[in-house]
Amino acid sequence: MMLPAAKALLLRDLRLLWRRRGDALQPALFALLVIVLFALALGSETQTLSKVASGVLWVAVLLSGLLSLDTLFRGDAEDGSLEQWMLAPVPLAWLVLVRTLTHWATTALPLIVFAPLLAELLHLPRAQLPVLIASLLLGTPLLSLLGAVVAALTVGMRRSGILVALLALPLYVPVLVFSAGSVAASAQGLDPAGGLLYLAAGLVLALVLAPLAAAAAIRIALN
Amino acid sequence: MPAAQTDHLPLLAARGLSFARNDARVFGPLDFTVDRGEALLVQGDNGAGKTTLLRVLAGLLRADEGQVDIRGEPARSLARAVTVAYLGHLPALKADLSALENLEFLCGLHGRRHTQSLENAMAVVGLAGFEDALARQLSAGQRKRLSLARLWLSPAPLWLLDEPYANLDLEGIELVNRMVQAHLRDGGAALVTTHGAYAAPPVRTRLLTMERLS
Repeated sequence: MMLPAAKALLLRDLRLLWRRRGDALQPALFALLVIVLFALALGSETQTLSKVASGVLWVAVLLSGLLSLDTLFRGDAEDGSLEQWMLAPVPLAWLVLVRTLTHWATTALPLIVFAPLLAELLHLPRAQLPVLIASLLLGTPLLSLLGAVVAALTVGMRRSGILVALLALPLYVPVLVFSAGSVAASAQGLDPAGGLLYLAAGLVLALVLAPLAAAAAIRIALN
Repeated sequence: MPAAQTDHLPLLAARGLSFARNDARVFGPLDFTVDRGEALLVQGDNGAGKTTLLRVLAGLLRADEGQVDIRGEPARSLARAVTVAYLGHLPALKADLSALENLEFLCGLHGRRHTQSLENAMAVVGLAGFEDALARQLSAGQRKRLSLARLWLSPAPLWLLDEPYANLDLEGIELVNRMVQAHLRDGGAALVTTHGAYAAPPVRTRLLTMERLS
């Protein structure tokens, strides 16, 4: 029962994404814009640029994730889909998890795939690239899961706008600190494993707890 | 539990069920049962709490007092999910997906009877030829019919129909009645809310009249 429901939801989300591919591209384009503007603004100072490259990349990815957060459950709440999710013979948390991971795979993953190119644009030292990719792979799903909880909390509001960002940012800060920290450590020739392990631990916790919290929030919001 | 042991128990029973919003009682306390092969017609004026009652029975809202039993046992969420199919005011259709794709998703979510194909169900509700039409292009009545197709495919024995006649033309009303009749003949049951008695299905019917509480 759980797998057919997950498959149906995944297929639906991918179809919807394809129908509205222009909208779906917006977060990625936003991240690209930020990175290109940074590269242009500091273009003559490659030394400075390469120092801040990993931070800029991370902030761009984080902000583009925030941009699409509000749409995670809003559409489904407005047309009654969430009601049907709650009535389905599978746990609501499972559907929330599938939806969130689909969201991650369609917003953050493309950016990670193109991260080597973007890093080149920012003159990121090549030695730091593997650590950066690893931190993105561990950190961005964590951001999506934390964001899902916030999006679920605000789903009952007509317009949440900046509120989503205000609620999500404090949760995002530790992720950013550990990710940027691990890349900075590798830049100084230290072992980046500490920060990455913290991210991995956070991701495991969030994979289990965030869908449960988001499901509870959705139930409250739709009351 | 084998079906034979639970067949004599009412499919759904409510005992002393009441619901309050901000300390103002919306309905209740209500006592009623719905057996297999019968329909419960819930009548009442606007604001009498018909929709709220259905949402409580579906498990979308938590009752303040009283109990809902399914086949003689207190309703748990999984038992509810496999027993109840809910047709509410919101159609749960995605505007950018075609009618068939919407149906495919909803059936994937809820499970379905495999004796009927999706296309067949769409033909039953009079939507043959609209399989590839986007949901945004369908009229309100056609969207209702698409929701009815989902219900038709649902394996759940108890239908909770909230104003199923809304937006439907005369032939559509006839269709709802035919579907309820066939569903009851197969051993199902239905709860139907309506604000008038203009269109009751021609089946064994109990009546529950709800008064507006001031």
